Amino acid sequence: MINPKTFFQGLKSLKGSRSPAIPLGACFIALGALLKDAGFNLQQSAASSLFTYALPGQLVMAESLLLGASIVNIFIAVWLVNFRLYPMTVSLFPLLEHKSQPKWKYYLSCHFLAVSSWLIAKDSYKKIDKKHRIDFWIGIGAGTWSTAIIMTVVGYLSADYLNKDMLIGLAIVNPVYFFCMMIGAMKNLGISIAVIGGTILGPLIYLVSSEWSLLFAGLIAGTTAFLLGGKNGK
Amino acid sequence: MASSQIIILAIIATSLATFISRFMGALTSEKVSVKSKVFQWFNCVAYSTLAALLGRMIIFPAGVLDESTLIIRVLVLVICILVFIYSKKNLVIPTILSAILLSFFNTI
Repeated sequence: MINPKTFFQGLKSLKGSRSPAIPLGACFIALGALLKDAGFNLQQSAASSLFTYALPGQLVMAESLLLGASIVNIFIAVWLVNFRLYPMTVSLFPLLEHKSQPKWKYYLSCHFLAVSSWLIAKDSYKKIDKKHRIDFWIGIGAGTWSTAIIMTVVGYLSADYLNKDMLIGLAIVNPVYFFCMMIGAMKNLGISIAVIGGTILGPLIYLVSSEWSLLFAGLIAGTTAFLLGGKNGK
Repeated sequence: MASSQIIILAIIATSLATFISRFMGALTSEKVSVKSKVFQWFNCVAYSTLAALLGRMIIFPAGVLDESTLIIRVLVLVICILVFIYSKKNLVIPTILSAILLSFFNTI
């Protein structure tokens, strides 16, 4: 089953100076308050973070509901904004692969894939013995996922006490944290081109097509980074 | 305001749309070797898609962030990145600072 020592090593990534708990908490508090605003009840808000656990998609869902969009439209819009999880999984899971580990661990724990857990795992997988890396990942995921669910509930319950300026303050925490983590990850030419290119192209293509911007920006900047950075070793 | 039934359907649709990408990723991963070129390509695309999302979150935000001005958001981001670099890559300080700075700038 799951190796407890490595599992807790992963879970412990919630502590310390690189902890994702504060940014995760901040953005899911803001989300909980937003969902209350959109007419969700407490159970529905918690279920949204439990089953979706991907902030940009949940934001799209809440805003689409407020605009009265159809379920099919919501499905497509969320799929497009969360499609990033596909390349993110493919660029992480092969690193966690081990013959001795059962497949169900990979199939179930892919639900933990989110920006915060992905960045932490990419940052620290090398320190973990190959055989138990998937348990380390499950530890990281269990910690970040439960933080998100609990904080959604906290946000929902405290919505009446949070004013607009406080909510705006909470909402910036997440992009700031992710930007810092990505700058920390820019250790070679390929990743640096990918990050800088994506940051520029994302908003630029958004001006032409709001829904397809992430997919196109990711493909163009990522492929350019791959072609230019490939010769540089890694 | 949406009815309870619509909200439940929306949660199911959102969760399915999200899980598809994760699960397809787990299936594809079984065929991708860490040493292959394909893996490196996926790695670059993952970082750039993520960066595109973050760029968009700052320039064209969704949710409450939309109610702050662009200049203030960019200013807060730049200050926090500098703090991150000069604090030996501490992540807690810049993230807490970002919330305080934005709330502060937004009230003046």
